[in-house]
Amino acid sequence: MTRMFGQPIPRVEDDRMVRGHGGYLDDLGHDALACAFVRSPHAHAEIVDIDVTGALDVDGLVAIYTYEDLPDRLADPLPLLIPHPALTEGRTQYALARERVNHVGEPVVMVVAQDRYVAEDAAERILVSYRSLPAVVGIEAARAATQLVHPDVPGNIAANMLQTVGDVDAALAAAPHILELDLSIERSASTPMEGRGVLARWDPESHRLRLWSSTQTSTGVRAAVASKLGLALVDVDVITPDVGGGFGVKIMHPWPEEVLVPWAARQLGRPVKFVEDRREHFISSAHERAQLHHVRVGFDRDGVILGLDVRFWHDHGAYIPYGIIVPMITSTQLLGPYKPGAYRVEFDSLYTNTLIVTPYRGAGRPQGVFVMERTMDAIAATLDLDRTVVRERNFIQPDEMPYDHGLLFQDDRPLIYDSGDYPTLLDKLKKLVGWDEFEAFREAARAEGRRVGIGLGCYVEGTGVGPYEGAHVVVEPSGKVKVATGLTTQGQGHQTVFAQIVADELGVPLSDIEVVTGDTRRFGYAVGTFASRAAVMSGSAIALAARAARAKALKVAADALEANPDDLDIVDGIVRVAGVPGAEISLGTLAVLANPLRYAFDDAAKAATQFAVGDTSKPPVGEDDEPGIEGRDYFSPMQSTFASGMHAVVVETDPDTAEIKILRYCVVHDCGPLINPRIVEGQIHGGVAQGVGGALYERMAYDEAGQLQNASFMDFLMPYVSEVPERIEIDHLETPSPLNPLGIKGAGEAGVIPGAAAFASAIEDAEGITITAMPISPSELFELRRRHEERSSP
Amino acid sequence: MTDELFDVRLVVNGAAHDVRVPARRLLSDTLRHDLQLTGTHVGCEHGVCGACTVLVGGAPMRSCLLLTVSMDGAAITTVEGLTEADGALSAVQQAFVDCHGLQCGFCTPGFLTTITAGLRANPDPTEEQARELIGGNLCRCTGYQNIVRSVLRAAELQRERAAT
Repeated sequence: MTRMFGQPIPRVEDDRMVRGHGGYLDDLGHDALACAFVRSPHAHAEIVDIDVTGALDVDGLVAIYTYEDLPDRLADPLPLLIPHPALTEGRTQYALARERVNHVGEPVVMVVAQDRYVAEDAAERILVSYRSLPAVVGIEAARAATQLVHPDVPGNIAANMLQTVGDVDAALAAAPHILELDLSIERSASTPMEGRGVLARWDPESHRLRLWSSTQTSTGVRAAVASKLGLALVDVDVITPDVGGGFGVKIMHPWPEEVLVPWAARQLGRPVKFVEDRREHFISSAHERAQLHHVRVGFDRDGVILGLDVRFWHDHGAYIPYGIIVPMITSTQLLGPYKPGAYRVEFDSLYTNTLIVTPYRGAGRPQGVFVMERTMDAIAATLDLDRTVVRERNFIQPDEMPYDHGLLFQDDRPLIYDSGDYPTLLDKLKKLVGWDEFEAFREAARAEGRRVGIGLGCYVEGTGVGPYEGAHVVVEPSGKVKVATGLTTQGQGHQTVFAQIVADELGVPLSDIEVVTGDTRRFGYAVGTFASRAAVMSGSAIALAARAARAKALKVAADALEANPDDLDIVDGIVRVAGVPGAEISLGTLAVLANPLRYAFDDAAKAATQFAVGDTSKPPVGEDDEPGIEGRDYFSPMQSTFASGMHAVVVETDPDTAEIKILRYCVVHDCGPLINPRIVEGQIHGGVAQGVGGALYERMAYDEAGQLQNASFMDFLMPYVSEVPERIEIDHLETPSPLNPLGIKGAGEAGVIPGAAAFASAIEDAEGITITAMPISPSELFELRRRHEERSSP
Repeated sequence: MTDELFDVRLVVNGAAHDVRVPARRLLSDTLRHDLQLTGTHVGCEHGVCGACTVLVGGAPMRSCLLLTVSMDGAAITTVEGLTEADGALSAVQQAFVDCHGLQCGFCTPGFLTTITAGLRANPDPTEEQARELIGGNLCRCTGYQNIVRSVLRAAELQRERAAT
């Protein structure tokens, strides 16, 4: 049998999706009531009065709820999901605003009606009067702290965190060269094509709740909702339907709507559904990326870094439910493939009157990589060295693996790189893009009056973060294999890649395997899909569970065939005895035999009744045995596994309009062995497109009053096909991880991480003007040129 | 307040449906919620993303910008109607499977309808024309690389199928 691991097979998901038979959140619950929310139009205000009388005569209105209606734990602030000792001033929102609002889009009133049209009719007739307060918008205003977002949080500082390795001050004092840089990245967002949504059905007869949410964690939603509504976990099913993209924003839970909708469904005794519209997604889900950084770096005459001192400020918005994960990742993953000498990193996480921040694909790494790679380029410029040479001289070498940075990672465990080969990656990248031949290309272009530049960005990404995932594999009497894992899917092709793993481990055809993700009815213990962890965590757990099922199958087969288990193999779902033609039995038959029954409800079961099988001198199910051919196992590694990669981009900048055109985009990538190369490459393509967006187009344009000026797809410049590279050239290196049974590393986020860094490097190279802030638009580049000319003219 | 209702006949994927809707009801909502043809997706509600694209008399149109009452008698094809009568995938659908042209699949129905119409107008597009053809549809997952390939593959499949 061909090994399925590593095969670029088409996805099993696609057939129903291209037929229009996908089942996304709003495709479900046609009988459900609809919700609309009255949301704050102010960035910062006190609520003076809420007058709902105008809405009461709207035909089809079912209910209106404000904070005053919320009972018990639903009236408490939503949870701070990831507490941390450094997060001393954590504040979270109420499910419906209580007395104050802290960002435009915060939900104030919930309306339930027969459909969304009517719900919106009623919502617009509800009059909320506010006393507006000065808004804190942007990192500078938050740092100045002349106004406070939360009156009891001085300096707008939720958290301050410092990590040090070695004596940075001494290293900088002794360094032959010192550089200081100020570097910034603006806000952006995940922006999946499908927004958030939740559907709830309360069954008053069984006293159980069934909830569907467009989420990245069904078990997380279940725990949060059960806690808020005072229900037992076993009385809440959370089912993740097809999800139209996540990219991080759907890991946040519970959203206010995720607890309000099931509560209303129970109150009203009718199914209730909330489906976010696009403007709501922009102003009431989550953003990321905004950070300011100040870097001091000391290095020797060869460009080797002796000391690195990074101080940065992170804008986390009005509340901090997801804790300080993003700046913690920046402060550790900034180091990339390099040894920093002595290192000190300190950040403040700051409140502003803007939308909350939760991880967006890359999660603090694009900012960190931007900072480190800008620093590398600045060192190269200072010493007049090739940019790749400076990088090479600072690389961690393959023989230094595992490499301990002496820091704590986002999971509060030591930051130890398990494996990787950065010099080889750089060699591959230089060959792929033609780094050494670029000067000739530049000269030729210059002769035609064209301006071109090349840039690169290198990163290391901690993937497969814990705590754990689990899986269940069961062989049905039909021989079909049913696989369940608890984490969720948003387009990654899990049904395909997990089936590939099971096909190899269990020896069954791919077409006999069905994988279910994100359904608490099928698997109740799980963490979720984020941090490029699904393949590593659930992939490993599924491999282990399949091995357990295989061992059980071989044990039962050995009895049935009177053979030694070591002489058995499973091919195409049939167990065979090596060297004995005809001595074989199917997995389906074994599943029947392994389940001693009293009742012969079909022909297969008849073969397994207590009168047909078994040794009457023993109990039908042995003392340490269980019925069935199944396996359940968990994977919980000591630490993350570290993937890596390097991107190079060639740009052309228009001498007149400052338009930035992408001529080449090259990726080398090391996520260990690839389960399905075409799916990995698809992930890279999508990540690169988001990197292009983050570097050249996408930003959240808040005005001084905290109004988001571009809260639509018309104004938020998400790339169309015309904005992405015509080709994304990819080469792989496969350095296996020693930390999991398949040797794999995560691949989901990689494509986006070095985008801003690589583009800044290339634009700087084309223009000869230092680039310190991303994204960069043609008009910003035009302005940089103007200022540069002013400074250089006498 | 009660909305006045209007009787409208829609011919969707060859089948006639009589619906009674208020004047403001969007075609996308009628298709999705009244007829429960949920393959058509809504991504932005203002005609920018293209996920809701359906064919009206063969021409691609954004169903989130059309009022159902304006569609009386119209022949509409949704993604569900692209599949061949024998249940086989159309060339465009098959090409997306062959080329990994979708990930989360949410934007996919709008691409499939748009490309189906585009290939009728130009059965043999160049790569540049393939890009132009999908230039008005947003996708957040694929970086469009494999969607461009899917367009070219669909054209190839159509030619292969016509030859047999």
